[in-house]
Amino acid sequence: MITLRSEASQGMALSAPATLYVGLLVAAPLGILVVYSFWTQTYVSIDRTFTWENYRLAVEDPLVRHLLIRSVWIAGLVTAATVALAYPIAYFIAFRTRHKTLWLLLITIPFWTSYLLRVFSWKLILGFNGVLNSALMTVGLIEEPLTFLLYNEVAVVLTLAHAWAPFAIMPIYVSLQKIDRSLLEAATDLGCSKLERFVRVTLPLTVPGIIAACLIIFIPTVGDYVTPALVGGSDGKMIANLIQVQFGAANNWPLGATLSLMAMLAVGLVAGCFVLLSNLLARRIR
Amino acid sequence: MSRLLRSFPGLSAYAVFYLVFLYTPVLLLPLFSFNEGTIVAFPIKGFTLKWYAELAGQEALLRSLLNSVIVGGVSAVLATSLGLFAARAYVRYRFTGREMSEALVMLPLVVPGIIVASSFLVLFLSVGLKPSLTAVILGHTFLTVPFAVAIMKSAFDEFDPSLEEAAYDLGETVIGTFRRVTLPIVAPGIVASLLVTFTVSFDEFILAFFLAGDQPTLPVYIWSQIRFPAKLPNTLALGSCLLAFSVLLLITAEYFRRRSAKRT
Repeated sequence: MITLRSEASQGMALSAPATLYVGLLVAAPLGILVVYSFWTQTYVSIDRTFTWENYRLAVEDPLVRHLLIRSVWIAGLVTAATVALAYPIAYFIAFRTRHKTLWLLLITIPFWTSYLLRVFSWKLILGFNGVLNSALMTVGLIEEPLTFLLYNEVAVVLTLAHAWAPFAIMPIYVSLQKIDRSLLEAATDLGCSKLERFVRVTLPLTVPGIIAACLIIFIPTVGDYVTPALVGGSDGKMIANLIQVQFGAANNWPLGATLSLMAMLAVGLVAGCFVLLSNLLARRIR
Repeated sequence: MSRLLRSFPGLSAYAVFYLVFLYTPVLLLPLFSFNEGTIVAFPIKGFTLKWYAELAGQEALLRSLLNSVIVGGVSAVLATSLGLFAARAYVRYRFTGREMSEALVMLPLVVPGIIVASSFLVLFLSVGLKPSLTAVILGHTFLTVPFAVAIMKSAFDEFDPSLEEAAYDLGETVIGTFRRVTLPIVAPGIVASLLVTFTVSFDEFILAFFLAGDQPTLPVYIWSQIRFPAKLPNTLALGSCLLAFSVLLLITAEYFRRRSAKRT
């Protein structure tokens, strides 16, 4: 019993620095954001009287509402696109190739390179005088540069679907890998066609992986700054761009804090609903 | 549909196509960094190294590179130390709050960057820490802890606890055992963690953008250059160096990670 207790306290002591560091840097900034969100900016100084003014402003301002909804919408699109594109790859690696490690490595390498540079590269690819247009024109497929490639939602979704690819592939691959192969054999023996087997056995068993992938992608994407700033144009701006303006050029930190909190709230709500819904759905399929 | 699923010639083709999609943006920068023309478009004009040569003399660039190395180095050491002890606790000990603690240290992976960046800025300023390299280091340590914990956990997973028990039985102290038995065995994991956390910090933009103040890191410097079309070829050359460097570091990290798995 004594050794047990000392083991427990050793474990706690060893994990304490990391836990405290991360915990403190989650809680303290959050607390201070909440405090700031009830203050107001008066030109250069901050008025520290308690007020709901920022929240009223943020809720009533159509731009804020618009950007919040669009951020959630774009993040949703990105999540759906990334997961849909990634699922076949995860399936391929789990079931159709013997070189699993090589494929996993190939898929993760691009992720380790600078995110900023990858987004920048998409801007160069999709631009009016960019790589894709010039390539298509050199080949002779188009006469004039295509204008719909850059500075819109589609460009944002494409770029982010590229950036988050490994985050979707990995969890889905893990859940596919975990499937007991005898379950698949049983399904075949009991007369399932391959498609039926996939829909009724494989897919439901990978729902945890899909949910994990969706959350890992959706949550950070709502607050993405670089991609909308570089390839979004005015049609593709998201809430992070507005938040950055508050902390930068507009110099209205209390409003920025309010917007950050509202973005977080929106993320939390949507992610929570998503988890609930998909769990219900998974139970229904089974 | 069912026939397609049975034979799957399409799936391999799709996988290859997907790889092309993944690698095009990454390989594009190096490709055009050797282009003599100043715009990034086909046809490519001719081969040149002058964009790379021009990088050498730019003082602001070199200073931001130095800043990035400092930030990356210090954050890597801090995050890996935190991760080393935490991972050891998670793998080796059972204690109340372990699961909560494990979940908490993974949290930095999923918090949106803009929220971390803005809230850290507000927090640091209100405790009197001006935007500086120190602020970026604190932020990057926060951001890289999950990577360190994950890598160190897999290093400790492979570790046989009976080796430590043997050392205790032979009269080593707790610290002596850790230094002379545990540490050497997980050393490759530590190297892998250092390299990965360094790379993550080295490439990180948004936190540094908010917290660096007048001491830009390399990505923040690149961000400031992206706006100027005239600087484009140089930015491409610089970006290509950064890409190559990241990939090199990661392959080294992977090598060490495998070695740690093999040794036990």
